[in-house]
Amino acid sequence: MSTPGMDRANLRTPLKEVRGLGSAKSGTRHFIVQRVTGIALALLTIWIVGFVLTLVHAGDYLHARELLRHTFAAVWLIAFIVMAFWHAQLGLQVVIEDYVHTSWLEMLSQIAVKFVCAGAALTGVVAVIRIAIGA
Amino acid sequence: MPQNARPLSPHLQVYRWPLSMALSILHRATGIALAIGLLLVVWLLLSLASGPESYAVARAFCASWLGLALLFAWSWALFFHLCNGVRHLFWDVGAGFAKAQAQRSAFVVVAASLLLTALVWICVIAQGGVA
Repeated sequence: MSTPGMDRANLRTPLKEVRGLGSAKSGTRHFIVQRVTGIALALLTIWIVGFVLTLVHAGDYLHARELLRHTFAAVWLIAFIVMAFWHAQLGLQVVIEDYVHTSWLEMLSQIAVKFVCAGAALTGVVAVIRIAIGA
Repeated sequence: MPQNARPLSPHLQVYRWPLSMALSILHRATGIALAIGLLLVVWLLLSLASGPESYAVARAFCASWLGLALLFAWSWALFFHLCNGVRHLFWDVGAGFAKAQAQRSAFVVVAASLLLTALVWICVIAQGGVA
């Protein structure tokens, strides 16, 4: 038996249908994604801190590259980069919404933050892949 | 200023600063700082992908006084945002809202973030520094 409007995969209850959809219809989505990426990052950060300490210990270039050639390391690093920039974009979005009140400037900064986050995330992912496959 | 002198709602500066307010502001500030720090992470990875020369430049920056100061600040920002983020997750499920509990968890967050930062840098120094 499933409740109509219950969307467990996206963590939504049918509450919005009861209350007439809300204003922008997407605020709760933002809230949830911010939390879920946050949980992912909390777990990934524990590993990242250990990995960075290993990198510091490794010292030279060849040793550092060798550490990143392990599939596991590459996967966790890519996951960290994607989650971190996603989480950062969502957080910066709220900061801009709160403090930038000039309409065109707000729109411009929102788009700029999205572009920088997406661009930097892609750059990081490609860098990790290049190292992982030894290119 | 508006023509008519109607009363305005008080803003941040009129309140005494409770610890939870300072932590809330710090959560946002460290979040912004960490977003900038992420760009450095990408730069480091890019330098490692580009070759030994560029990696040497990136490492030299990290070992410089400016680099070390930034890394130290970012490491505390990371642990603070992490600990306080977990505090927020507890609130999100409805736990720890009582005034005394929130006050206690604020102290725990500050202490844990300082402890973790110290721990990481002790590890770094024990390994012979960043360079």
